[in-house]
Amino acid sequence: MAKKEEENFAKKDQFTLTMIPSGFARKMRTCVIWQFIRFIAINIKMLVVVSKSH
Amino acid sequence: MARLIVMGGGVSGHTAATFAKKWLGNEHEVVVVTPNSQWNWIPSNIWVGVGQMNKEDVVFPLAPVYEKAGIDYRQAKAISIHPYGNKQSDKEYITIEYTGQGKEGQTEELTYDYLINATGPKLNFDATPGLGDGKGQMGSNTVSVCTADHAVHANLELQQIFEKARKAKENGTGERQKILVGTGHGMCTCQGAAFEYIFNIEHEAKKAGVRDMLDIKWISNESFLGDFGMGGLHMKVGGYVVSSKLFAESLFSERDVPWLIGAHVSKVEKGKAHYELLDGTTGVEEFDFAMLIPPFAGVGFKAYDKEGEDMTDVIFAPNGFMKVDAKYDAGAYENWKASDWPRTYQNPTFKNMFACGIAFAPPHLISKPASSVNGTPINPTPPRTGMPSGIIGKAVAHSVCDMIKNGAENAHLHEASMAEMGAACVASAGKGLTTGTAAAMTVYPVVPDFEKYPGTGRDTDYTFGEIGLAGHWIKHILHHLFIYKAKLKPGWTLIPE
Repeated sequence: MAKKEEENFAKKDQFTLTMIPSGFARKMRTCVIWQFIRFIAINIKMLVVVSKSH
Repeated sequence: MARLIVMGGGVSGHTAATFAKKWLGNEHEVVVVTPNSQWNWIPSNIWVGVGQMNKEDVVFPLAPVYEKAGIDYRQAKAISIHPYGNKQSDKEYITIEYTGQGKEGQTEELTYDYLINATGPKLNFDATPGLGDGKGQMGSNTVSVCTADHAVHANLELQQIFEKARKAKENGTGERQKILVGTGHGMCTCQGAAFEYIFNIEHEAKKAGVRDMLDIKWISNESFLGDFGMGGLHMKVGGYVVSSKLFAESLFSERDVPWLIGAHVSKVEKGKAHYELLDGTTGVEEFDFAMLIPPFAGVGFKAYDKEGEDMTDVIFAPNGFMKVDAKYDAGAYENWKASDWPRTYQNPTFKNMFACGIAFAPPHLISKPASSVNGTPINPTPPRTGMPSGIIGKAVAHSVCDMIKNGAENAHLHEASMAEMGAACVASAGKGLTTGTAAAMTVYPVVPDFEKYPGTGRDTDYTFGEIGLAGHWIKHILHHLFIYKAKLKPGWTLIPE
């Protein structure tokens, strides 16, 4: 079955040897529920780095 | 009563001035000299550049904020520094030329007890023929997102390109528009801003239904995608420690944006960017729309001794940035150490003079140096993003306040080495409450320390990156948070730099 997200590998030579996210990975990037969880996690990580830096 | 003059009202200077005034109170003077009448939250300029924000969303007038804080605000550009005074007086002073407040063009001498140089970069468009207009300003061949006004203009041009693409699609002519984004010289920094702009253009093009009529291409001086002027970074993903190169190339491939790297743009003409690559070959990229970041330099102060003799090179490096407590004779890349980087940002000759933000002279690059076979330097110069700039500004203000209150000899100088601090960065890849994405990253430390962290130069427990809607929300929240902080609204000191 053709996967649209894999088409770009063939568009340019320099794309061929990279990695491209799957359809599921792309969907999760804008899945509000999952991204809300990531929002909490990222903020915690950032606050830790900010506190180490001050 | 002591007088502190802060030259510059950007992220670093504004932070330094407002904290200094808070700590010094009314007993001492804090003066801000800046040619701008408005403060600009620069990270959001890219959204102005694609029409997703207005200029008013990213700027606010400085005068009322400084009045509220009790800061003496001079809308003027600083011209020269006289650290020995002149023939009439030993008192050190700067000369300024007003750009507003009804005194345009007038000059004045301002004495100081302490001086902080936070003037940021000169946008050196003229370093590349055709990128500038020959008079120090941006030329007409390309656009810029470095200032809010530039970004407004960039969006107007971009919308015309989208309109042409739309018409070509409707009429079936097949005429494609070429968009080129990246760095306009072999020694640029700020690749991150160009990265954000190219992917925001791509995102907006998809929304506008014209992505299939555009060829969007990246050009930069990086030796690998994902360098960002920091030599890239390594992060843990899926059980692996991975170079940012892989993720950067992944995003470019995913979004169908080819790249040309290791490039020094040597000349720009209407619709053409001439470049030289590391292997010495040359080429021309044609474009219908181009945003090329200019290289940075110091703003170009002169310094004079008591007799009026030029002593600029005592205080400033050849690139115009102010010398501080950095190791400027570190030599070859193999000898570089984290300890080369400044800690107190105090000028080595004049102990009452400091530089913060982009205005200080770094000891050398962060990225591995590279030149073409013809000897042309093609390597990113070090970035100073918002968080380090704010932290350094605050530390410098703290040092100055301690020197004022406790005497210069007894004062503790506060330290903020970029080799011992981290940075949180968010690089937008498209705006939208439920459709936007951004790469949220932390890097610790900013300047890699290969002695402390062999292999990657950074602590991979605190260095990470992730792209998604969460990152976009964070960037949008930071937009509001930092404008709130800069306006000195209640609780502003609780918001970390």
